[in-house]
Amino acid sequence: MRPETLLYPTPKGLFCEAGGFYIDPVHPVDKALITHGHADHARSGHGEVLATRETLEIMAIRYGADFCRQSQEAVLGETMTIGDVTVSFHPAGHVLGSAQIAVSRGGTKIVVSGDYKRRRDPTCLPFEPVPCDVFITEATFGLPVFHHPPDADEVGKLLTSLRQFPERAHLVGAYALGKAQRVIMLLREAGYHEPIYIHGALVKLCDYYLSKGIPLGELRPATVTAKEKPAFAGAVVIGPPSAFADKWARRFPDPIPIFASGWMLVRQRAKQRGVELPIIISDHCDWAELTDTIREIRPGQVWVTHGREEALVRWCELEGIKARPLHLVGYDDEGE
Amino acid sequence: MRDFAELLDRLVLTPSRNAKIRLLTDYFRTAPDPDRGYALAALAGTLTLSTVKPNVLRQLMLERMDPVLFQYSYDYVGDLAETISLVWEGTEPDEADLGDLSLGAIVAQLQTVGRADVRNLVRTLLDRLDGSSRFAFLKLITGSMRIGVSSRLVKQALGEMGTVDVGEIETLWHGLLPPYVELFAWLDGHSGRPELTMPAVFHSVMLATPVGDRDLDGLDPADFVAEWKWDGIRVQLANLSGTRRLYSRSGDDISGAFPDILEAVDFEGVIDGELLVGGTLRSNQATRSFSDLQQRLNRKAVTRKTIEEYPAFLRGYDLLFDGPRDMRPEPFDVRRDALERLIATTPPLHFDLSPLVSFASWEELDRLRTAPPDPVIEGIMLKRRDSPYTPGRMKGPWFKWKREPYNVDAVLMYAQRGHGKRSSYYSDFTFGVWTEGDAGQGDVLVPVGKAYFGFTDAELEVLDRYVRNNTVERFGPVRSVRAEPDQGFVVEVAFEGIAFSSRHKSGVAMRFPRISRLRTDKLPRDADRLETLVSMIDAGAPVNDDA
Repeated sequence: MRPETLLYPTPKGLFCEAGGFYIDPVHPVDKALITHGHADHARSGHGEVLATRETLEIMAIRYGADFCRQSQEAVLGETMTIGDVTVSFHPAGHVLGSAQIAVSRGGTKIVVSGDYKRRRDPTCLPFEPVPCDVFITEATFGLPVFHHPPDADEVGKLLTSLRQFPERAHLVGAYALGKAQRVIMLLREAGYHEPIYIHGALVKLCDYYLSKGIPLGELRPATVTAKEKPAFAGAVVIGPPSAFADKWARRFPDPIPIFASGWMLVRQRAKQRGVELPIIISDHCDWAELTDTIREIRPGQVWVTHGREEALVRWCELEGIKARPLHLVGYDDEGE
Repeated sequence: MRDFAELLDRLVLTPSRNAKIRLLTDYFRTAPDPDRGYALAALAGTLTLSTVKPNVLRQLMLERMDPVLFQYSYDYVGDLAETISLVWEGTEPDEADLGDLSLGAIVAQLQTVGRADVRNLVRTLLDRLDGSSRFAFLKLITGSMRIGVSSRLVKQALGEMGTVDVGEIETLWHGLLPPYVELFAWLDGHSGRPELTMPAVFHSVMLATPVGDRDLDGLDPADFVAEWKWDGIRVQLANLSGTRRLYSRSGDDISGAFPDILEAVDFEGVIDGELLVGGTLRSNQATRSFSDLQQRLNRKAVTRKTIEEYPAFLRGYDLLFDGPRDMRPEPFDVRRDALERLIATTPPLHFDLSPLVSFASWEELDRLRTAPPDPVIEGIMLKRRDSPYTPGRMKGPWFKWKREPYNVDAVLMYAQRGHGKRSSYYSDFTFGVWTEGDAGQGDVLVPVGKAYFGFTDAELEVLDRYVRNNTVERFGPVRSVRAEPDQGFVVEVAFEGIAFSSRHKSGVAMRFPRISRLRTDKLPRDADRLETLVSMIDAGAPVNDDA
């Protein structure tokens, strides 16, 4: 069948009529397949939810056990039949539990990659290329300017600064799901074994990662009274980026604002946010990873969504690959 | 190159002065020669390389990139050098083929390359350097660093590195050339102070301390001379052994912007004075305001028209060298006599003498200070008659006694979050005063200035709390706060001067405004009106409303 009729965008999200389900819907629906636990993809209030065990558990942590009427676990690599279509989940390498969703009917296969990345991440399974007719790719960093440097070099910048400014607290902004834990793991791998202080918004998710056997090391709550302020000299404190503009940041001695994000590659972005030490660590593909992935999978066509669709579509045209933008609304392509 | 690139990346984003100095000293301590010397030159603006035009860079880029993709990228990033540094994909040669990628080696190649080979060299280096280094390299060859580091700050970092006074660095500075190997050897403690090969024509200046409470008690007025403190910029003019230069107080060479003064020099020596625009006292024409002087400042070159409209001159304060003779060890009285004799022979439109102010008691001088005879006077200077000319700011020989600042009561209108230490505080404030609105509107507030200091930490807490609890609207990082006749926050704003300005909606611009007091005792309706500010311009003198 024509891929445009197998999956198509609607105001509620990407819809599969033959299967009667939506993928990552942005409004409550009867049946939802969820790629991963980030809030713009995984929302509460759906009827049935099909997702990996980790994604379901993350949704329960974020929204409470009653986040949907009925949940069902998708096992990676297993094929299921829903209505008139078959569906399978495959690792996406984005955050713990993240998956691509392959949807097939009548010899046509579409892979919805969700958010994904190709480089190593010690906190989740690596991306698995799945041959398909249509590959739906994200394009968060879909511009040739984005070349994320090696993670170890970026974490090295943080360690250098800790040596250079031992009297200052190092406040690292990182999103609560995935990025925060990855930054902690990269620090541990770089030989940093001091306790790491975390903002209250990170506690439940870090505990969850620990329960999954991901060795984050010693974590302490970043709560402090004025008397203990000097104790944070030279400490690494991780919190959601929004907390740094808040009064919360005042409790630390002369803090250095740091932000771990792919956006930090562009100096003006860092400057606008008042970031003094940008750490370019992303849970999304950079330009080279996006284009390498498309070359590797070599799908019949590429549909490009949230981000800078036009540049990736242009690149596909130059490569002789059929491509078009897929206009989905409601995803936060800045949140990284 | 990598270390230098990382230094630049950190400096650009670091707002704190002390942190910048630490980053610089750490770099200078660890980087080898001649890399650190070229880095110093690049930061201080003394590195001369033949620059590469932006168009050449664009062509190099388009040799290997689709123009549409390049345009998308450039539109997103906004800066050509940064865009190219990000989108350039190297050809990944073998590790062994990379060659020497140190800053020193790259500068050497750029200095020796022939015109015809520049493109090839740039292409090869872009291929071999990593992303961050590409950016630093492109900044070097396009001749625009713009990273928020003044040459003064760099010299302070050098001083800290070698635990020597910044004045010593300034004194040596113009006698040394990149890559400053002798300078670093000295600062590292490996060798003595460098011997200058050309006359060091800038000499660190002598500065005054402010008159504090009871500072003058017990001092005999007869031991001091007084002169007006003119509101221009302090400069040093040197003409020795054929080298003719005009320096700012911190030793920056500003000769390029003042050819009118340099051409008029017809004597040998070094004069300390105030740079002003308008007429000299010898020509009997009025000295003009600081805002007029600003038309001449911060320019590399200047047009004939600007020189005619804003003629500059130097008002002599002191004489450091009379011909080749070093006058600095002499007492002020002796230097002053020599200065008077020298100025009398100079062209009268470009040089005059700072007149002495006669007084018999501190009380008399105080009265003179509060009612100076010229609007371009910002206070009084007091100099001990027997003081030699000693660089730096020492308490005792020279005092400055400023006239009172201007004051107005204004209403907080907008607040923006600060940077660095203050990034969690609303610490940058826009304030306004009342003026008549359009027909039927009654009185409205019009913004008249912005201030981000003057208050104490405790006062900042109060201001920040007010902003957070009284936000009316948000525009990105800016909040507008409640400001109505009976509901709002009044602050006393102190400033050093005020002038008409067509760039501001209110039509006036303040100089050096700061929040001097929180007037929680006042309602916004009691704040000042725009007419009051305008009358200050006309009067040219401070208004004391509360006194």
